[in-house]
Amino acid sequence: MTMPIYASPEQFMRDRSDYARKGIARGRSVVVTTYAGGVLFVAENNWRTLHKVSEIYDRIGFAAVGRYNEFENLRTAGIRLADVRGYSYDRRDVTGRWLANAFAQTLGSIFSEHQKPFEVELCVAEVGTHPGNGHPTEAAPGTRTMATDQLYRISYDGSIVDETRFVVMGGSTEPVAAALEESFRSGWPLQAALAAAVKALGAAGEGAPRDLRADQLEVAVLDRAAIGRTFRRLDDTEVAAALAGGAVPAGNAGSAEHAELAENAESDGPGDA
Amino acid sequence: MTLATDQHWPAAAVPSAYLTPGIGSFVEFLAKAEPALLARSTVPGRVPELPHGTTIVALTFADGVVMAGDRRATMGNMVAQRDIEKVFVADSHSMVGIAGTAGVALELVRLFQLELEHYEKIEGTRLSLAGKANRMASMIRGNLAAAMQGLAVLPMFAGYDLDRRATKAGDAGRIFSYDIAGGLYEEHAYHAVGSGAVFAKSALKKRHDPAAAVGGAVRAAIEALYDAADEDTATGGPDLSRNIYPVVVVATADGALRQPDDEIGAVAQEVVADRRVRPGG
Repeated sequence: MTMPIYASPEQFMRDRSDYARKGIARGRSVVVTTYAGGVLFVAENNWRTLHKVSEIYDRIGFAAVGRYNEFENLRTAGIRLADVRGYSYDRRDVTGRWLANAFAQTLGSIFSEHQKPFEVELCVAEVGTHPGNGHPTEAAPGTRTMATDQLYRISYDGSIVDETRFVVMGGSTEPVAAALEESFRSGWPLQAALAAAVKALGAAGEGAPRDLRADQLEVAVLDRAAIGRTFRRLDDTEVAAALAGGAVPAGNAGSAEHAELAENAESDGPGDA
Repeated sequence: MTLATDQHWPAAAVPSAYLTPGIGSFVEFLAKAEPALLARSTVPGRVPELPHGTTIVALTFADGVVMAGDRRATMGNMVAQRDIEKVFVADSHSMVGIAGTAGVALELVRLFQLELEHYEKIEGTRLSLAGKANRMASMIRGNLAAAMQGLAVLPMFAGYDLDRRATKAGDAGRIFSYDIAGGLYEEHAYHAVGSGAVFAKSALKKRHDPAAAVGGAVRAAIEALYDAADEDTATGGPDLSRNIYPVVVVATADGALRQPDDEIGAVAQEVVADRRVRPGG
């Protein structure tokens, strides 16, 4: 008669954590940071169409590292959750905190109940009505959205932390986080935040420090000034111009938000921040 | 990927249907995962009188397409609402107008707007203009049983076809109409739906100029609505005393934009002033 090999619960969980952590560490990193005009996502990503950063809802964005099929699954679920909630209640009733909790619960149950934990790390970002000052604040009275920007970082085991400055996820995060710790300024302009994030990403990986080119980056913002859908991708030319020291142009009609809404926001785009 | 069945799934986590890969249609997702949100209870026989939306017009011009709607909803011989909005921006380059049972139609528009946005977010790209028109057709098809009971809704969809921007820019403004069974018809040049449609279309037949600039097209749309209101009691004319004017949306290569009320008000006032001199326009 064969006996199953005994593994203590501690050992069992530790093995799963190690497994998930190893999977995540293989990928390239993502930086999410707040700036004067909203939230900035910068991902090192050589793929052109397989995104690590995505729009979820009007004021909510999503970034992920790890196994693509797994975080793509969660991203789709997030969009569905947000759209169903917005449809059955109201668009203002979809909040980043609620969505981050749903992701945390899901990752937590997958971690403890499934054969294989998800090898992913997520960031749910919500752009507030005011720039953050580095201190978490309560929701403004009478409003659903947080007054200031919120970043929620959710790990493979469902643990969740909220941040108001920046989040670094993925491969070797220590040098990236250390570089950002050094350079982060509360309420910095988009151009400075982007340059610092790209420099920080270049501080890790083989042959560091590296100079990352625009076509190795996936960049997007949640633009506080935009009305309605605030998520906007920055294309290679915009990123290259910003890295060369130029201002980032304001939203154009070809971007994700409704042209009607972009029009209203044009006067106070991220470039002015 | 197989995930736990719902009975093993903790209540606080995302339901497994949300994590199941599928297509980018919000309506089809709702039907599968949250059917209660789409369900409409049915009653035998015809339903009582409900608010109805009336006249919507659309016409192409040199740079795109214009859609306009009057502001009246009626319930039999009564005015149910005098400032209802029946023309909406659907997404970045398209718009939708509705005639028929207002409650059903407004819900259809909300679902349609979400359908387009949902697809765009999930797939990372927008549907083609014809693809959007087809989505609307299948949504109307789902309403056929209710339509037979008297809850009919007749939308009109129009937009700027970005795929034609390079090759057929002069023909990029497109208009689609529907029947209650979900039939989809592409209209050329101009079209009108609703109780005053006959009169509006007659007016557009004389006034439509495919080479007109945006100002001329907006003026023609408002003239056509005026003619509809002149002959059809269910269609509301410009309300100068309350400053209620038609809702006008214009789609060009730059996007679909609802025109500011004060600009439309100025055009409507001109139309009314001219009709004082020549009531026939």
